[in-house]
Amino acid sequence: MTAVVQPAGTDPLRSESTTTATSTRPAHRLRTRRPFSPGRVLAWTALVLFIAITIAPFLWMLRTALSNNRVLFTEPSSWLPVDFTWGPLERVLGTATSAEAQAEGGSGASLDFWLYLRNSVIVSTVITVGQVFFSALAAYAFARLRWPGRDKVFFLFLTALMVPPIFTLLPNFVLIKNLNLLNTLPGIIAPFLFMTPFAVFFLRQFFLGINREVEEAALIDGAGYLRVFFRIILPMSSAPMATLGILTFINAWNEYFWPQLVGQEEGVRVLTVALGAFRAATPQTGPDWAGLMAASLVAAVPTMLLFLAFGRKIVNSIQFSGVK
Amino acid sequence: MSTAPTDAPRWRSRETAVAYAFLAPALLGFLTFYAWPTLRGLHLSLTDYDLLTAPEFTGLDNYRRLVEDDVFWNSLWVTLQYVVINIGVQTVLAIGLAVLIHRLTRSTVIRGMILLPYLISNVVVAMVWYWMADYNLGILNETLAWAGIDRIGFFGDPDWAIPTIALTNVWRHLGYTALLIFAGLQTINRDVYEAAAIDGAGEVRIFFRITLPLLRPVLALVMILTVIGSWQIFDTVAVTTQGGPVDTTRVIQYYIYDQAFTRFDFGYASAIAVVLFLILAGVALAQLKLMRAGESDQS
Repeated sequence: MTAVVQPAGTDPLRSESTTTATSTRPAHRLRTRRPFSPGRVLAWTALVLFIAITIAPFLWMLRTALSNNRVLFTEPSSWLPVDFTWGPLERVLGTATSAEAQAEGGSGASLDFWLYLRNSVIVSTVITVGQVFFSALAAYAFARLRWPGRDKVFFLFLTALMVPPIFTLLPNFVLIKNLNLLNTLPGIIAPFLFMTPFAVFFLRQFFLGINREVEEAALIDGAGYLRVFFRIILPMSSAPMATLGILTFINAWNEYFWPQLVGQEEGVRVLTVALGAFRAATPQTGPDWAGLMAASLVAAVPTMLLFLAFGRKIVNSIQFSGVK
Repeated sequence: MSTAPTDAPRWRSRETAVAYAFLAPALLGFLTFYAWPTLRGLHLSLTDYDLLTAPEFTGLDNYRRLVEDDVFWNSLWVTLQYVVINIGVQTVLAIGLAVLIHRLTRSTVIRGMILLPYLISNVVVAMVWYWMADYNLGILNETLAWAGIDRIGFFGDPDWAIPTIALTNVWRHLGYTALLIFAGLQTINRDVYEAAAIDGAGEVRIFFRITLPLLRPVLALVMILTVIGSWQIFDTVAVTTQGGPVDTTRVIQYYIYDQAFTRFDFGYASAIAVVLFLILAGVALAQLKLMRAGESDQS
């Protein structure tokens, strides 16, 4: 929990953390009161079942990705790889020859994985850095600066939260086309680069909570607003900025609809789009399931790694968005 | 904020200039990719536009066509089915899961595990479930066969396609929704439970008489987030059934996509998008009302 605690006294995350901390003691009391009641056994069984259903598809994906597609049908319900092979992963990573691929039931079509990975990394990173930074600048203007019309403009930003993405999507597609940005990485990035109403709203909440005195002391000492922003506001908000950054990255990484429309061409495909195309290319009769699962697996790995590194932060940030 | 210093004007104007400078990139993004497209979308819905020639104003023609378009009404109906199954199952399971975690454990690892599906893309989720639900080799049908039940064409059978897609997405979002509800549970004072337990109330009674009523504001918020999201189902359909079998999974967003990008009928597609927008706005307003009704329950 300490990971998200902010120095500022009125930080919303802090109140969330302290709630958890104070609830520790009674939770312990509840736990020890009736150690072996049948109800608790039943409850634990239910929870374990939930977790099993959550995890099982991942194991199934892994197991299939390590199977030989040619003989997959011989043991369709075994939890271990059927005729273990690295073949499907090699097909996906492009290290298998097409003869090798076809020998193991691949279509012979390969996936230019490293290219798609590079595109996904570029798109997600640029979107994350741009969106968080520009949204932070705007959030600072909304939270800490006084200017005419501020509340009206902020309200306008908030109403944009209500507009469903599909509604702006068609006109945005037309715009990107008119700007000649179809099938370019900038075209995929542009609509997400500058802000989302959520990011501005999220950061504004934090900036409102930062102690005003430090900021005013710095201003009286002759520091400019830019200096205050970079030297005081940003360092004091590193935790929420990181949280927002991680969530933005995961969303950008998983986005399918928009890059599918704007980035169809081979050279600018991101992983999700490539995966969809790979699925569409597999024969309807006798699909390359092992290859498809290997492709799914490698597409899922980056966000999984991110989760391993920042799991607690992600869990806490999602809970936080619930209390708010 | 209202008490202005004596040299306010000069100070203020400098602050205003700084504010605009800070706001400039976000404002550019807002105007270009939110505000302008919203107006443009409304305009396009009144035109005949194929992307190649200039939009031709046709008034309400697109909307008149909508009223008589059976596929459109079907897409609304199909989407509604999806929303009801998805939200219904997801909410009930998420409440259950959240309560279980709340009462049993404080483990972040467990909370992290239930969140795993949320972190992978819809495309991967769709692919994995498409494989597991395969008619011939899928593990789900293997299990059914093992139990002596007839195989089910999960994605291929008109009766099963929408429930299958809905449940696939329940799997992806369950952990996320449960965590939101769990956060709400944590704000409930434990003393209330202690008192009820001392009074001799059982778990079931505590759940229905205390937990559920106190959760109402959080549930309302969760519903707003999830219902609006689920109306916009697209990725799973695009990867698995592509609208089939015989339009039974042609959800509204997929229909919009279809009209725009396979028929290049952007005007008509925009009109459908306007209708979806209106539906979502209506849903949001209705839910806000309900939420306000629930506010008095706590604090």
